[in-house]
Amino acid sequence: MTSLYRAILAGLLIGAWYLGSKTGVLSPLFFGRPSMIAAQVVEWFSTGEIWPHLAITLSETLMAFASGTTGGVLAGLWLGLSPRTLSVLDPFIKAANAMPRVILAPIFAMWFGLGMGSKVALGFTLVFFIVFFNVLQGVREVSPVVLNGTRMLGASRRQLLRHVYLPAAMSWVFSSLHISVGMAFVGAVIAEYLGSAAGVGYLILQAQGVFDVDAVFAGIAVLTACALALDALVTLAETKLLVWQPRADMPRDN
Amino acid sequence: MSALAFNQAVVRFGSATILGGTSLEIAPGEFVSVVGPTGCGKSTLLNLAAGLLAPSAGSVDCLGTKVSGINRRAGYLFQGESLMPWRNARDNVAAGLQFAGMSKAQSRAQAEAWLDRVGLHGAGDKYPHQMSGGMRKRAQLAQMLILDPDILLMDEPFSALDVQTRLMMENELLSLWQNSEGARKTVLFITHDLEEAIGLSDRVVVLSAGPSTTPIADFRIDLPRPRDVAEIRHTHAFQDMHAKIWDVLRDQVLKTYRRSVAA
Ligand SMILES: Nc1ncnc2c1ncn2[C@@H]1O[C@H](COP(=O)(O)OP(=O)(O)OP(=O)(O)O)[C@@H](O)[C@H]1O
Ligand SMILES: [Mg+2]
Repeated sequence: MTSLYRAILAGLLIGAWYLGSKTGVLSPLFFGRPSMIAAQVVEWFSTGEIWPHLAITLSETLMAFASGTTGGVLAGLWLGLSPRTLSVLDPFIKAANAMPRVILAPIFAMWFGLGMGSKVALGFTLVFFIVFFNVLQGVREVSPVVLNGTRMLGASRRQLLRHVYLPAAMSWVFSSLHISVGMAFVGAVIAEYLGSAAGVGYLILQAQGVFDVDAVFAGIAVLTACALALDALVTLAETKLLVWQPRADMPRDN
Repeated sequence: MSALAFNQAVVRFGSATILGGTSLEIAPGEFVSVVGPTGCGKSTLLNLAAGLLAPSAGSVDCLGTKVSGINRRAGYLFQGESLMPWRNARDNVAAGLQFAGMSKAQSRAQAEAWLDRVGLHGAGDKYPHQMSGGMRKRAQLAQMLILDPDILLMDEPFSALDVQTRLMMENELLSLWQNSEGARKTVLFITHDLEEAIGLSDRVVVLSAGPSTTPIADFRIDLPRPRDVAEIRHTHAFQDMHAKIWDVLRDQVLKTYRRSVAA
């Protein structure tokens, strides 16, 4: 039933858009035409033109996600277990996190060039802090009873780290997985849009340059589909990896 | 040589003295319960024996050596949930062996055997949140016993269970303790519940109301073993013992109660 309603709603929205652009209520110059947008998407995929761009955007996303998560977990474990260092670094971390990261894109472009490096770097800064703060919280909230229990079983410091702190932190990382994967994607696309030679963000930028609004919308449609697919993948990973949790927690943002 | 000896052990948290110079000796193979009013320092006493806490003064000896750092001769059954939530029952029970370097396959095989012994046959794949409170306690018990510790430290292990489950687990604990191969293990058992203490123990030690808690009475329980903790409660010997100990304990409980009401 729900999916029927959803289909009707989507049909109505696209139908209204189509009629609006057809009758001129919505100027096709600014709003595009659904039929042309669809044709553009089909053309991209049938000629195969889109694949290299999509591959680049998704690789950037993956690398930003992997590096940001690894960095965030390591930094979170380290600072979570050394409260003194954390209290010294605290204002710097807050400042770095408060800074609007998008503005770093031109700097990264200068440092790492217009290739994938600068895109990964921007995604990294977005993912890192989400993961970092979640791991920090996870380390702080490790149950002291579980900790003492594991110590009484003879666990060394290393083993505590590996078998208590890390899994406890990972449950928080997973709870923020949807956001961090999304951020990696956003970082990659925005950085592409702000200056690049390839990627879906670059396609959109090009289309905008020649006022091809249909292609802009087509690019947005492809990105949205990708984002949804990534999100579905995360949900799948969650249910596989967090069997030990009573239920997936609400995502925690920072 | 005693299995466990507290020598004038003192514990202070900031300016508060929780344990005053506490001395207590437990012989190898003895089952000793400690009772006392809430907040008097029972868990603190146990943490000293476990090496989770160092005394501010005095010392604790375990089987002839001074306890410093985690006491590797002791196993601890916690009042709260100490199972790792991300490991299923089998891997929780196997954890201690794995930390000591045993292979996964081998430790899991031993864990299976222990799960059987504590009445968790076939529950190895369950995660803590999928088990009942009683099952989790059984898993904790197996997790402790698989390492074959000489000394068992138990902090109100059954207080969160319903009465029936509790009686069953007390009997099972006694039979595991009595029928274990090798030397009988030394047990230091903390409880609120005087009936539980008498039913299980060779000795019942009463702690005074805090602050500066010390043991104020020490009763030998000469009830015959093996015991059924549910049935033994109806015997005259048990009830006499209960009356005698309660006489001492009541004053301490009242002291703590009056203080909490006044505060
Ligand atoms: N880490 C700590 N810092 C400060 N005070 C503490 C600490 N741990 C325990 N205390 C205090 O020491 C006293 C004894 O605590 P403990 O947990 O040993 O009591 P208990 O007899 O086990 O109580 P209960 O019967 O409720 O379990 C309490 O007043 C408690 O507030
Ligand atoms: Mg306690």
